[in-house]
Amino acid sequence: MAELTTGDDGNAPLDGVQIDLISTERMEGLRTMEKIHLILDGVRDGNIVILERGLDPDEESKLIEVTMGEIQPDGDGFTGIEIETYPGGTRNESGLLGRVLGRGEQSKLTVIGPANRIETLHKDENLIRTLIRRR
Amino acid sequence: MGLLTSIRSSISKLFAASEPRRIGIYGPPNAGKTTLANRIARDWTGDAVGPESHVPHETRRARRKENVEIKRNGSSVNIDIVDTPGVTTKVDYTEFLEHDMAEDDAIRRSREATEGVAEAMHWLREDVDGVIYVLDATTDPFTQVNTMLIGIIESQDLPVLIFANKIDLEDASVQRIRNAFPQHETVPLSALEGDNMDEVYDKIAEYFG
Repeated sequence: MAELTTGDDGNAPLDGVQIDLISTERMEGLRTMEKIHLILDGVRDGNIVILERGLDPDEESKLIEVTMGEIQPDGDGFTGIEIETYPGGTRNESGLLGRVLGRGEQSKLTVIGPANRIETLHKDENLIRTLIRRR
Repeated sequence: MGLLTSIRSSISKLFAASEPRRIGIYGPPNAGKTTLANRIARDWTGDAVGPESHVPHETRRARRKENVEIKRNGSSVNIDIVDTPGVTTKVDYTEFLEHDMAEDDAIRRSREATEGVAEAMHWLREDVDGVIYVLDATTDPFTQVNTMLIGIIESQDLPVLIFANKIDLEDASVQRIRNAFPQHETVPLSALEGDNMDEVYDKIAEYFG
């Protein structure tokens, strides 16, 4: 559980929310399903996962699909994910020209957390304000 | 190219051209996708596609209405309409309890809803030739699900039309949707009241014909 993460001394549990910042380099060597399971394993443990570089559209599509398969309404209380991304809007950079120029979707910062614990309070072009609930 | 090959190619092209294109109706839950699918199907075939409801996730399986022939300006467009479950990243059965649903029913509906969303994503990657993306014009379109879905559709290079639904309601803002997705054409309509359906059919013929 995120609030009971063991401290560096291996003894006393820490009280807090664990945040996993995953670098571009860490994700680059992984296949699509490995990326998705890395994300969902963290989120199911109650952690907030931040990707330095987000997923591509096909990976996002599979993330939604796999997330749906993980929800067991009468099971462990996992109700899915909350996800926010920068840049948030879809612009023409994601089209052919953008892909040729290497702009757009490749650089987006992505925040993912358990849907029953994370809530976006505000989002605009410059700011994501999020509330993370403790259990 | 030999005569036989040429004839075979022409026949093949003829059949390909006459095959209906599968147009997926996508969007978040409660945007009015089934109401729109029913409106189109009733206008051109006389039949409905599926039941409509104000309770989210009423559509939990993709439903297809085949061979919907839309006549515009002397020509006709033949499409299959695929009404898909509303796409979301979360499903919590307790939300259905607020709609006077028994717990067992709410759990079953949630399970079916998750399967439906997964199926909708699969259809989007594999089985549609174009997309109508339906948004409730009274709600904020700047959501992550909308942004992701539009991005996924664009990455598939599928033709897409955005429909700003529920313009009969006082709080509707078509401009807010246009601002959110300026790279795509937005068509205002009320699927429930049948408002602006002439333009809807003109655009369907233009984009998917």
